[in-house]
Amino acid sequence: MATLVSHPDEVKVVSRRFGQGATNIDRYLELDGYKAVQKALAMEPDAIVNEVKNSGLRGRGGAGFSTGMKWSFVPKQSAKPKYVLCNGDESEPGTCKDRLIFEQDPHSVIEGVMIGGLAVGARSGYIYVRGEYRYLSIIMQKAIRDAYAKGFLGKNIFGSGRDFDVYWHGGAGAYEVGEESALMESLEGKRGIPRIRPPFPAVVGLWGGPTVINNAETLASVPHIILGSAEWFAKLGAPKNGGTRLFCLSGNVAKPGVYELPMGYNLKKMIYEVGGGIPNGRRLKAVVPGGASCPCLTADEIDVNMDFDSVAKAGSMLGSGGVVVIDDAQCIVKFALRTMKFYQHESCGWCIPCREGTDWLKKTLLRVHSGGGVKKDIDNMQYLAENMLGRTFCPLGDAAAMPTIAFVKKFRREFEDHLEGRPCPYEKADVAEEVMA
Amino acid sequence: MKFSEEFETRFAEMVPHYPTKRSALVPTLLYAQDEIGFLSDEVIAELAGRLDLTELEVRNVISYYSMLTTKPRGKFNVQVCTNISCLVRGGEEILQHCAKKLGVGHKGTTPDGLFTLEEVECIGACSWAPAAQVNYDFHENLTAEKMDKVLDEYRQKVSH
Ligand SMILES: Cc1cc2nc3c(=O)[nH]c(=O)nc-3n(C[C@H](O)[C@H](O)[C@H](O)COP(=O)(O)O)c2cc1C
Ligand code: SF4
Ligand code: FES
Repeated sequence: MATLVSHPDEVKVVSRRFGQGATNIDRYLELDGYKAVQKALAMEPDAIVNEVKNSGLRGRGGAGFSTGMKWSFVPKQSAKPKYVLCNGDESEPGTCKDRLIFEQDPHSVIEGVMIGGLAVGARSGYIYVRGEYRYLSIIMQKAIRDAYAKGFLGKNIFGSGRDFDVYWHGGAGAYEVGEESALMESLEGKRGIPRIRPPFPAVVGLWGGPTVINNAETLASVPHIILGSAEWFAKLGAPKNGGTRLFCLSGNVAKPGVYELPMGYNLKKMIYEVGGGIPNGRRLKAVVPGGASCPCLTADEIDVNMDFDSVAKAGSMLGSGGVVVIDDAQCIVKFALRTMKFYQHESCGWCIPCREGTDWLKKTLLRVHSGGGVKKDIDNMQYLAENMLGRTFCPLGDAAAMPTIAFVKKFRREFEDHLEGRPCPYEKADVAEEVMA
Repeated sequence: MKFSEEFETRFAEMVPHYPTKRSALVPTLLYAQDEIGFLSDEVIAELAGRLDLTELEVRNVISYYSMLTTKPRGKFNVQVCTNISCLVRGGEEILQHCAKKLGVGHKGTTPDGLFTLEEVECIGACSWAPAAQVNYDFHENLTAEKMDKVLDEYRQKVSH
């Protein structure tokens, strides 16, 4: 069980039932559970889509695309069955929020999948949970069984004459499988190699049928919108960024944890007030605002509102909600190296700029960090990363390149400080180079 | 090839959830591995047969997923995260500590077959870093002392 935290600035919507025993279906029902799906059953599909559109809900998986808009792309008529696919592969470094939702409120995800299904005319949904989250798979499978036992799933749900099935599916360790098209490949029992688009999943997805793919937090937000109204949800957040967000505060902060804050909450306030500031008398050096793939912000750049548009304006991304705080005892070159090591490991190898680019960047960063770099390496890394942008088959290549470019641009001095045999000025004495090799 | 009753029930339940048989492959492989310890030639042949795939197709899938292995491992797989949130809170020190204590490196297994050590990517415990998983159990907010206790507890599990 993960530890829950709280702060007076929190606005609990998705986390409303956390810590309240809502894994138990009867308790979930006491806490307004399965009311939203019953309300949705009485609505026209278009009305559901419009409600979600008007709520300003944007995808919590990373890209921040309008959920209602995504749902509206699914064709009304389809020869093949349509599906809803919940993305619970959560593997973006810095992100640990879907885990809490599955652990604390699994029925809200089931309900979100059902409402998504009613909106697009699907009659089954899959909830994909990453393989490492075995205890959550057990929780989720039980929740699904309990919902069937109550007659909420299966034939004639809530006496509506409609049928809806929800299934659990498990992964086996692969970050790339979180990418929507690779996710479908994985669910179909294959390697997680992305698919070419178009056609988009909304038109040709799982087993060829139109498929809506949404992050677990996105889907868990949906029942609250249906019950609470689009207007209410939109007002909780910032313009064009409805609702709240589970921010995963981690790294060098006094009070790390997953906090649900309104969209548009100020980052500086998040770090210093919610997170209790930087411990051990240290100072802030940088923040990765939305998971490992987002360009870092320096200590001078954190007066930014945490909504998709404001963070984009500040030159980074809100991403998956993972806010990683870095203090001045950390080495940025090392941090950049660890980030690249991750992308190199997770690259599926399908396309050359990503497969070779991540490998080359990792090797160069390793050399620079160990003191064997030359001045030209710094420019080469930037050149190489910039040339990966937009030239890869799926966005993983960009995800690897973007943070590198920011680290090199914003902390060039630190890279230079490592050159020509100088030892890392930040290296902790007992951690040898071999760990990174 | 014999699996437990639990495996068979799960397998029988899972396959009809999908329009194609092979869709059950990835979770099935993991459950089989949990039972047998690794994906042996025999397991691969059995599952290929059941899901109408060639063994090569199954191997092709296995090699993609980091949790799947065709080689035997220790009884307890100690997976230490050193990714960014853990890195800045001492994840590497935890890894090194385990390496010293167990006397093995990345993917090494202790001679008694009890522990395998693995450096892993983010396991979704970033706000409770540094973190590790032993098999499927999470251990969070680790220190070297806490890690020692965790390892000792697993060691004791087998001696009783
Ligand atoms: C390499 C890569 C990994 C991704 N991993 C995840 C993930 O673990 N979970 C997730 O919800 N979305 C992930 N995404 C985003 C998905 O492709 C997709 O956009 C998202 O699930 C859509 O849901 P949303 O609109 O609700 O955000 C990833 C994308 C890429 C390119
Ligand atoms: S960008 Fe990387 S992960 Fe994506 S298809 Fe190319 S090699 Fe695979
Ligand atoms: S970075 Fe270690 S658990 Fe996420």
